[in-house]
Amino acid sequence: MQQYLYLIPALPLLGFLVLSMAGKHLSRNLIAGVGAGSICASALIALLISAGFLQSPPETGAYTQVLWHWFATSNLSANISLRMDALSLVFICIITFIGALIHIYSVAFMREDRDYARFFASMNLFVCAMLTLVMADNLVLMYLGWEGVGLCSYLLIGFWYETPNNYRAANKAFVITRIGDTAMIIGLFLLFKELGTLYIPDILAKASQQFGSGSDTITLIALLLLSGGIGKSAQLPLQTWLPDAMAGPSPVSALIHAATMVTAGVYLIARMHTLFELSPIAMQVTAIIGAATLFIAGCSAMVQTDIKRILAYSTISQIGYMFLALGVGAWSAAIFHFFTHAFFKALLFLAAGAVIETLHHEHDIFKMGGLRKKMPVIFYTFTIGAAALAALPLVTAGFFSKDQILWYAWSANGGHPVLWTLALMGAFITAFYSTRLILVVFWGEMKTTPGHLPGKAMTIPLVILAFFSVAVGWIEWPHNILHVSLFSELVQQALPATTLKSGLPPEIVFQFIAVVVSLLGIYTGYVLYYGQSELLMRWKQSEGLMNVRHFLYKGWKFDQLYDMLLVRPFLFITGINKSDVSDKLYTAIANANLYLNRIFSVSQNGSLRWYVTGVLIGILFIITLQLLL
Amino acid sequence: MSTLHAHTVLIVAAILFVLGLAGVLTRKNIIFMLLSIEIMLNAAGLAFVAAGSRWQQPDGQVMYLFILAMAAAEVSVALALVLQIQHQHKTLDVEELRELKD
Repeated sequence: MQQYLYLIPALPLLGFLVLSMAGKHLSRNLIAGVGAGSICASALIALLISAGFLQSPPETGAYTQVLWHWFATSNLSANISLRMDALSLVFICIITFIGALIHIYSVAFMREDRDYARFFASMNLFVCAMLTLVMADNLVLMYLGWEGVGLCSYLLIGFWYETPNNYRAANKAFVITRIGDTAMIIGLFLLFKELGTLYIPDILAKASQQFGSGSDTITLIALLLLSGGIGKSAQLPLQTWLPDAMAGPSPVSALIHAATMVTAGVYLIARMHTLFELSPIAMQVTAIIGAATLFIAGCSAMVQTDIKRILAYSTISQIGYMFLALGVGAWSAAIFHFFTHAFFKALLFLAAGAVIETLHHEHDIFKMGGLRKKMPVIFYTFTIGAAALAALPLVTAGFFSKDQILWYAWSANGGHPVLWTLALMGAFITAFYSTRLILVVFWGEMKTTPGHLPGKAMTIPLVILAFFSVAVGWIEWPHNILHVSLFSELVQQALPATTLKSGLPPEIVFQFIAVVVSLLGIYTGYVLYYGQSELLMRWKQSEGLMNVRHFLYKGWKFDQLYDMLLVRPFLFITGINKSDVSDKLYTAIANANLYLNRIFSVSQNGSLRWYVTGVLIGILFIITLQLLL
Repeated sequence: MSTLHAHTVLIVAAILFVLGLAGVLTRKNIIFMLLSIEIMLNAAGLAFVAAGSRWQQPDGQVMYLFILAMAAAEVSVALALVLQIQHQHKTLDVEELRELKD
């Protein structure tokens, strides 16, 4: 099977080419067949190859396939070549499998849309670019995929480009991620300058010989790469684009802005783990950014009213957990959280899309309500997704991955009680807003009458995702409960194992605290949002609390801050320089010439005698000069 | 034949030249302006001849022959132009002919 590796990204590319060139002439069924079929075929091949990989892991630790030489200059050569090791395998499976489910869902979801072919073309291109990103064996090809997913994200956020807000959101996402990308490419240049290669296995092998642990160069490179990850994964200083990116269709939010693209930063850091391990400062920065982001975004998610914005902030917060795990050196825990998060967050977005569609494009959760009886399938799947998000103990996948991260946030080598506390508060907040979401949307009175209910093509992917949102957790149990750790065994073929501090309290204490905290979060949500809560009413009267709520609602006012710090000064400077100061000198020369021209052209009056007089005066002048000098 | 002093002749030439110049500047009719130019040319020719006799050189008289030939050519071209001007503008007044102004 190994020789068919190239088909995994090639099939979506083929789908993109067919749909973008001939999309206008194809029938809707054919478009759906090509668009979803290419991804499904790709997923099937990926699963078969992965099965082979799991059965008999290759001795080198990776399947490789060199397709062709891209370019080669004196000492830089880049190939179009694919590499699949344990880390890529996890990402490839998630991208193709969840991608396929989302494509099937989209076939029904986008059925009425005018630009059916354009939608599937962009989605296919996205899958191809994302696969290129995770399968590349050198950083140049990886950067191609990196920019490719950015482009597709831009195209799909602005998919309904006729509404001004949508293309503004697309521009915002593109520009903000560009900041991170610029830092990242500078990091790549530095890496090439220092090591003379961009071939990933070489980099990982050479880095520890070339750089001393904690040297300035490696810290700089790691921080620059981290900036790239921060931009793409919407972490702390650059997180403002993701909530606005919800302007795109729901399947896009599920695929790009929850399951795959936004975790590219996690992949990058995990892929470059040797560089980060050499730089303790970069690791600490990663952990702190992750912890701060998960808390800040979680707080914002508590007070949002738009269902998709709640999920968007929750995505930022969950990726914060992954960064925290990466930062403390819990590599496999981060990848495991990515793995479970992809299932339940895609599920939540798709279910939210179905709710929004049924309620005639209503996004406000307080105008929903009472949908439990009307849409049972959506209700059950959504609840499973939310339970996984809230990390309901033992029965959901989210519990297993988040529990690991919480444990390592204290106990791993880079762990710290402060990080653990923030993560724990994040867990409480997550459980709280998940409960709020479920209770407000599905309980209470019905405020909007549902329209046409979603069909089978939309519900079956939801059911499959719901099944996996529960089941994938069981492949990796905490050590003290059950000795099943299939996932970390796989991932540790590519990533180092987590080292623990010594002299720790027993793990069970932490697990107990984590369980109590998330149950407490669920209970708080239940008290406040089940039926009419007097406490909530009293809070709404208080002006101070409403101000806090508004502050959180606006995402800690980061947009306003950037507007004040960057956008306004920039506009001010451009306003001043509107008339182009440096151009003034040249305009002055031109104006002086025009002025002289106007004066002298008076002398050309057509009178012959006047000319003769002029000549005479000239001659007299010259003769006088001759005589005098 | 009494010999004339060169400067006497040059004074006559200067008077002739100024007369011609005054004619060019004051006359309105193109034909009279042409006549004035001829007078100026002759003043120049007289100055050459006087200089040639002063230094006993033939060059002065050679130059006069050149001026004569040039004047004949100039007049023939100018008269053709005058005919055309009269034909097209029905006037020979230079104050009326101002089409070349800016």
